Amino acid sequence: MAYGETPSQTVGPYFAYGLTAGQYAYDFTDIADPTVAGPDAKGEHIRITGTVFDGDGNPVNDAMIEIWQADADGNYNEKPIDVSETGFRGLGRCGTGTDAKLRFWFDTVKPGVVADAEAPFVNVIVFMRGMLVHAFTRFYFDDEADLNAKDPVLQSVPADRRDTLIAKRVETPTGIEYRIDIHMQGDAETVFFDV
Amino acid sequence: MSTFKPRDWGSHAPYIAPGYKSTLLRGPTKAPLAIKSGLTEGTGPRFAPASVRELDFDLTKNGVVNGEPLGERIVVHGRVMDTDGRPQPNILVEVWQANAAGRYVHKVDQHDAPLDPNFRGSGRCFTDDQGNYKFYTIKPGAYPWGNHFNAWRPNHIHLSLFGPGFATRLVTQMYFPGDPLLDLDPIFLGTEDAAARERLIAKFSIDRTEEGFALGYQFDIVLRGRNGTPMEN
Repeated sequence: MAYGETPSQTVGPYFAYGLTAGQYAYDFTDIADPTVAGPDAKGEHIRITGTVFDGDGNPVNDAMIEIWQADADGNYNEKPIDVSETGFRGLGRCGTGTDAKLRFWFDTVKPGVVADAEAPFVNVIVFMRGMLVHAFTRFYFDDEADLNAKDPVLQSVPADRRDTLIAKRVETPTGIEYRIDIHMQGDAETVFFDV
Repeated sequence: MSTFKPRDWGSHAPYIAPGYKSTLLRGPTKAPLAIKSGLTEGTGPRFAPASVRELDFDLTKNGVVNGEPLGERIVVHGRVMDTDGRPQPNILVEVWQANAAGRYVHKVDQHDAPLDPNFRGSGRCFTDDQGNYKFYTIKPGAYPWGNHFNAWRPNHIHLSLFGPGFATRLVTQMYFPGDPLLDLDPIFLGTEDAAARERLIAKFSIDRTEEGFALGYQFDIVLRGRNGTPMEN
């Protein structure tokens, strides 16, 4: 190894006017926002939503969540992303400071199964003040129990912690939602991965 | 698609760094589970050229309302490479920072220092074919924060990079050489390895300095390398 990695540092509390400007109503453009798949994207349109909790069980109002996922056919987007597109982007970014209940949300399509996995899932990165290194996790789907049971990554997680990775499907008047909270600490601490 | 070498945790801070109080309730307490990296980690977003507009790389101009922003104009050059020295072309670099007085545009920042009507403090750029990036800005000021009595953040610029894959994602901060606050800052000191910390400090460069216009700094950024044979150089 010729060069050492540049250390990670916290995103801090003041990222919004740089990274999530549109969502927080700052006068700057975005390269990603909570829309992962626009209305023209193929597949079942869903919303993924949840709350980030700290070790005291309080909701975190200054986290930033990013997701990266495959399209409905299980393929990652290889095209350059432009947020003016109305199709599938694959990338989403959402801060937890604008929703009245401090939730993150992503409007997307349910991903297909990628070639080297057995169950559909969404890749997740958690950033916030108080994290010097971001943390990777995944969201799986609770209506895919048979596939989840075969997924090597999910099955490598101790059985009593697997539920922390599984989003619950809820039918709402405005469409299908999958709900999953992120617990940084405590009995229900979310499983994070060293990817 | 390629896979990446494991993260070198020795170059990074622990999730719980007691000197930085916010980590105590926000850092995961259980060790992250190692998983074999595959398609998911090896792929990552790329961005259309339109993601970076003409003035996005010049923070001295992209927030102008009725005049020039106040403060010391600087130009930051850097090369994004991996741990094997491979340059990383076409990488999106996002930047944000406080103004010269140490005040962020962010609505939550209540530090009693003036906003600058002509400075927003955010921008972005791409690396070129050789992995080089450049942006113009104003040297950010130090500011107080609530971590402990008389706590001040050193001058710093936030940078966010996607790199070639989702696994190489990096958010970091660039510091300035000779800043006396560095040795007192629990965020900088959160990285326990002193040699790794040095990689967070830009180098002043008279060669990068533009005569009569802007002081030059060099800040190279190293992302995780790929599995496989290192490139001969």
